[in-house]
Amino acid sequence: MNIKKYIQDVFGAIQSLLKGMRVTGYYFLHPKEIITEQYPDNRDSLKLADRFKGEVVMLHDENNEHACTGCTACELACPNGTIKIITQFDITPEGKKKKALNTFVYHLELCTMCNLCVEACPTGAIVMAQNFEHSVYDRKQLTKTLNKPGSKLRAGIE
Amino acid sequence: MFSLESIKNTVQNWLQLHVGASMALVIESILLGILVIILFAVLGLVLVFMERKVSAVMQIRIGPNRVGPRGWLQTSADTLKLMLKEGLTPDGADKFLFNLAPFIIMIAAMLIMIPIAFAKNFQIWDINIGVLYISSVASVSVIAILMAGWSSNNKFSLLGAMRSGAQIISYELSAGISVITMVILTQSLSVNEIIASQENGWWIFKGHIPAIIAFIIFMIAVTAETNRAPFDLAEAESELTAGFHTEYSGMKFALFFLAEYINIFIVCAVASILFFGGWMPFHIGNWQTFNHIMDYIPSSIWFFGKTFLLIGLIMWFRWTFPRLRIDQLLNLEWKYLLPISLANMLLMTVIAILKWYL
Amino acid sequence: MHEVVGTTPKGDFIINVGPQHPATHGVLHLVITLEGETIKKIEPHLGYIHRSIEKMCESLTYRQFIYVTSRMDYLSAHINNHACALCVEKGLQVDVPLRAQYIRVLLDELTRIASHELWWGAMAMDVGAFTPFFYAFRERETINEIMEETCGARLTMNYMVPGGVMADIHPAFQQKVKKFIQQYKKKIDEYNELVTGNIIFQNRMKGVGYLSPENAISYGCSGPVARASGVACDVRKRYPYDVYNQVQFDEVIETGGDSFARYLVRIGEMQQSVRIIEQLIDAIPQGDFQAKTKAVIKLPKGEFYQRVETARGELGVYIVSEGGTTPYRIKFRSPGFCNLSALNEMAKGGKIGDLVATMGTLDLVIPDIDR
Repeated sequence: MNIKKYIQDVFGAIQSLLKGMRVTGYYFLHPKEIITEQYPDNRDSLKLADRFKGEVVMLHDENNEHACTGCTACELACPNGTIKIITQFDITPEGKKKKALNTFVYHLELCTMCNLCVEACPTGAIVMAQNFEHSVYDRKQLTKTLNKPGSKLRAGIE
Repeated sequence: MFSLESIKNTVQNWLQLHVGASMALVIESILLGILVIILFAVLGLVLVFMERKVSAVMQIRIGPNRVGPRGWLQTSADTLKLMLKEGLTPDGADKFLFNLAPFIIMIAAMLIMIPIAFAKNFQIWDINIGVLYISSVASVSVIAILMAGWSSNNKFSLLGAMRSGAQIISYELSAGISVITMVILTQSLSVNEIIASQENGWWIFKGHIPAIIAFIIFMIAVTAETNRAPFDLAEAESELTAGFHTEYSGMKFALFFLAEYINIFIVCAVASILFFGGWMPFHIGNWQTFNHIMDYIPSSIWFFGKTFLLIGLIMWFRWTFPRLRIDQLLNLEWKYLLPISLANMLLMTVIAILKWYL
Repeated sequence: MHEVVGTTPKGDFIINVGPQHPATHGVLHLVITLEGETIKKIEPHLGYIHRSIEKMCESLTYRQFIYVTSRMDYLSAHINNHACALCVEKGLQVDVPLRAQYIRVLLDELTRIASHELWWGAMAMDVGAFTPFFYAFRERETINEIMEETCGARLTMNYMVPGGVMADIHPAFQQKVKKFIQQYKKKIDEYNELVTGNIIFQNRMKGVGYLSPENAISYGCSGPVARASGVACDVRKRYPYDVYNQVQFDEVIETGGDSFARYLVRIGEMQQSVRIIEQLIDAIPQGDFQAKTKAVIKLPKGEFYQRVETARGELGVYIVSEGGTTPYRIKFRSPGFCNLSALNEMAKGGKIGDLVATMGTLDLVIPDIDR
């Protein structure tokens, strides 16, 4: 009968609405379900995944030595021209000229954290660091030199 | 014991003693005006904050928590920001109507405050047609919305205003009929008498099923009348950007925003008066001790408690349901709410004639 | 060029939805002719976020161009990368180790769930319910955390490389995915309670934005949009790649053709993705995660085409190689573009509210349309 269907419709509708209200009501009564992370208040306890790609850094050991030979593999691998490597010619003790790294220029503002340079590096000199708070007041500060002043190539790396 | 009634009486007596009867009336009117404006501001701040917190917890968020202790000053800061903002009037707008609309919607909201009883014997004016007055003044706000939508010279605004016009005019019917259903029981339009008739039990309990149906229909209809989700077609954010107040900014926008919350408060206050006995405490038959404890709670607390619970219900609706479409909205009213409420009114009349209620 | 403001000579409204509008989810510009609230015509204007990715790819090597494709359909970045990697592998004719194939498919399906999650939230928001958005993002966040741990990024991962994947999965990957899947099954029930069953939502969706199977085919629709019209077009079933032919899953097909059917297809796809992940997660074989490839990849002269099923539909990658280190020409067949072209057909005759509901179920990602 038509009137029966009408009443069924009304009750079905109210039931479906109440079901939805039960879900939101449940969360209203259970504030423990809140998932907001209170950044930057939780900065001290914030733990990023160890593979997180934040920026490219060059590893230096305690003797201020790095593993970059200046081969420019990373420069070639980079799709955006983020990395510029300036090389110089060192004179080896045997008196030969040898290509070496002078300055490793890294344009953070161009970097898309694609990880291709790290993949391309044959000596494992550069890695991705977890720092993600990159905002600065002047964009010049985003152009970084990755090799520390006075650092030199670790012995034994070709 | 704290009660608004005694404060009112003290002020009244003091004034009449010191400045004479006619001057006392003038000062009282000015005081009332100031009080209503303060109440508006406070209500606006509290309700907006409440809405943000309620929605936040439902949406598994924290909500505002930066300004002031636990975010309590957030809404005040927002108001300050809105006051300092420039109120733009778009080129090609009807400048007079455009600037008038927010004030009309505000004045309409203020006028409804008159017959509402906030506590025992605490009312601006006990008109003998109180409920009728509320329903008629409430419909003035649609004029302001149409005015705002038309004068903005924006198609989104116009569409929003047209939707709102159709919506408010239709939903007023079932809201009005639900009110009449309760008036049949109370046999009075005066707010005070309606509350007095619920001394031995609220109508929602005494009025059997028709009262409950009337309450549900009333809540649905007033949600629609105040342009709240799921009936917020007039502003329908994802469709019409902001509907009728798309072009408003600064304090003019704030007035629309405030009026929405004031209207929610008012309709919930009316619902609490009609169905939950206004400031009347909760009494159970002849449990003398229980009733006595209930009486000890100030009547204003009862009134505001009930009203805010109902406001919570309306907020719960808003943060759960999707929005209706314009034709479905009108279908709901004309095909479901109106026939049901008419039948319900008939049922209620039978109950009232046979005196089935307590 | 026709008028994009004012009214038509007949007195119909012309309104501009977008490029800045809450319903377009990006910089899409729709010029709509309205008669009252009824839509007479919709004309999408594109190009606001065109970055000429195809042209850019021509100057990048075969290793480099993959990362750019993450920026097309950013919600299914993994699947885009997968398509490119597969296409390059086709040219190189290398065999990808089985472990890498398993990892790829697992991440694809996780991406699909994450993308559908976002769609579900945004869809509910389009029709006026705000709360589902946050519930959807809660689950999406869990997936993103899994991605972050294994791939090192949350949105533009660049994890697929020609010959396999960039790194092995994180040791905790399997355990975390299993935990997520277990919780997730309960969440789908919650979604159904909150949105699917809701009478208002159903009324908004049913019978709205109808797309006939004929039109779906002639407009070139793919993915959930076409499957909701009864067109079986799941690339994972029809042209299986990697290990998709080894897993059991159903191609979700509805015959309604309306917005509700599209909604149900996507909800069904989430469940099917869960099914695929459940089958694969414990069966990841030992072995290499990357095949040995030369440092400089040179594709032989010729044309290579590979299609995959993204969360939005069929993505085709077409590479023309002249034998060098960079492609001569790259063309992407993006699902969003074709799906959008059917919008006029779907929304014509409906109300503005219907347009929003229809657009929501198309699941448009604007950078995918413009590229």
